[in-house]
Amino acid sequence: MIVTKGLRKSFRPRRGAAAVDAVRGIDLSVAEGEIYGLLGPNGAGKTTTLRMLATLLVPDGGAATVAGADLRAAPGEVRRRIGYVAQGGGTTDQATAREELVLQARMYGVRKAEAVRRAEQGLAAFDLAEFGDRVCKTYSGGQRRRLDLALGVVHRPRVLFLDEPTVGLDPRSRSQVWAEVRRLREQGMTVLLTTHYLDEADALCDRIGIVDNGGIVTEGTPEELKQKISGDSVTIGLPDPAATTGAERALAELPCVQRLEALPGEDGLRLHVDSAATAIPQLLRTLAAVGIEPEHVQLQRPSLDDVFLALTGRALAHSS
Amino acid sequence: MKLVRDTWLVYQRQLLLMARSPVWIAVGLLQPLCYLLLFAPLLTSALAASGAHSTSDAYRIYVPGLLSALALMGGLFTGFTLLGELHAGVIERSRVTPVSRVALLLGRALRETTALLIQSVLIAVLAIPFGLTVGLADLLLAMALLALMALMASSVSYGLALLVPTDAALGPVVNTIAQPLALLSGTLLPIALAPVWLRTAASWNPCYWAVEGMRALFAGHLDAPEVWRGLLLTALLTAVAVAWSARLFAQRIR
Repeated sequence: MIVTKGLRKSFRPRRGAAAVDAVRGIDLSVAEGEIYGLLGPNGAGKTTTLRMLATLLVPDGGAATVAGADLRAAPGEVRRRIGYVAQGGGTTDQATAREELVLQARMYGVRKAEAVRRAEQGLAAFDLAEFGDRVCKTYSGGQRRRLDLALGVVHRPRVLFLDEPTVGLDPRSRSQVWAEVRRLREQGMTVLLTTHYLDEADALCDRIGIVDNGGIVTEGTPEELKQKISGDSVTIGLPDPAATTGAERALAELPCVQRLEALPGEDGLRLHVDSAATAIPQLLRTLAAVGIEPEHVQLQRPSLDDVFLALTGRALAHSS
Repeated sequence: MKLVRDTWLVYQRQLLLMARSPVWIAVGLLQPLCYLLLFAPLLTSALAASGAHSTSDAYRIYVPGLLSALALMGGLFTGFTLLGELHAGVIERSRVTPVSRVALLLGRALRETTALLIQSVLIAVLAIPFGLTVGLADLLLAMALLALMALMASSVSYGLALLVPTDAALGPVVNTIAQPLALLSGTLLPIALAPVWLRTAASWNPCYWAVEGMRALFAGHLDAPEVWRGLLLTALLTAVAVAWSARLFAQRIR
């Protein structure tokens, strides 16, 4: 449904300044009915990629097909087939949700009576009927976001682009937006979204492309990505420094241990193993053989944060 | 056809928003009314040199200038409303739809034109009890000329807002253009009172010819050469301004 090849874009911060590559060649392939997430820190090139695909920016190079239309040869056709919801939305404070929906449908060429009908359906579908005739400035963040989504799909596009769909929302509104996006997918819509939230990518996306420095570093399902690195990690708490040194020496020999390091600021070890389920009994047996009694053992499944850290050498949470 | 439909769509929405914030009407009326009531009476004696022998004569010279200034200034400053919409993401939301880019400009410029015409008609009517006399045909033609001026000024302003898209920078830019434009077109006092060099400079300002046309119409000289000269020149300039701004819209708001 979306295929890109080497999509590129650079900007000049000022006239005469050196060009900065925002996107250095993105190759994407998103299947019909899939929710694909571009995950990365701010400034990685996610939004630029999305804006190119939504015809808002002209790519400097590369090619893309969106919903069967060629992005560079027929941007008008792409426009008709897609919906786009910008990060900040785009509603007018003094207009009501119903008026916005009617206008949006009409800007897509829908006739007036049909536009009125679609506005009604949109209000019902996105749980906005109750205040559909109040002006937008009275809405909460979550209500505004649901209206943004309703506006993005009022012309029934086949592909929907969402730029940071839940930035600034409270947890309840977030999960509501997630539910709406899943519902759209169930209706057969293809969704390409950007996010810098790991939990969002994990919970919502069928596939994720990790974006850093203007390119896709790796992609896969959330599970695949997590398996790609480290396996699991196990933390073992130990009673004193001597036990820690002893345990380090004994455990480093084990074939199931990929690497291990002392815990900073406390007595204990952090180990990376292929599979915690089979490794933990071996670890405990080895420690018992050298007479060391662990205080506690903890198992951590890898998070997408670990994936990001492993791939880019930086933690996502700190790079934004 | 699509352009007309899309322009109508944008225009309708803009009118609706205007009707929802009636503050602009109050503010927009108050200032010219102050000039009308507190400044114009001074003019009877001040304008004696240019042939004003009564309050009625003074109004005939002053009101068309005031209306022209309103159309030019109001139009030139309307770019700020576009900046507001750009920041709110409203323009971007329109951009991803197949709506005509020129319609996004025209619908807005026509809203501004409508607002200025409503103001102008109100002011002209309010000036009548103070001694302004003007024929209906003259007034209608004057309103047509004003509409062209407003359309021209707001198109220029929207174009500038796209070129200089921050509040802090747009203000000085617009002021720098608006002030000499208004002074050199004799909106407050007729340029006829000015020394020769100033008159020569003014004759290079197209808005001067529009204001001259306005004055001729309010003086009841429907067939004066200033009228068709002003109309023709303003129509031409409006076409250029709309084309320039529409091109910018099409380029920057692809």
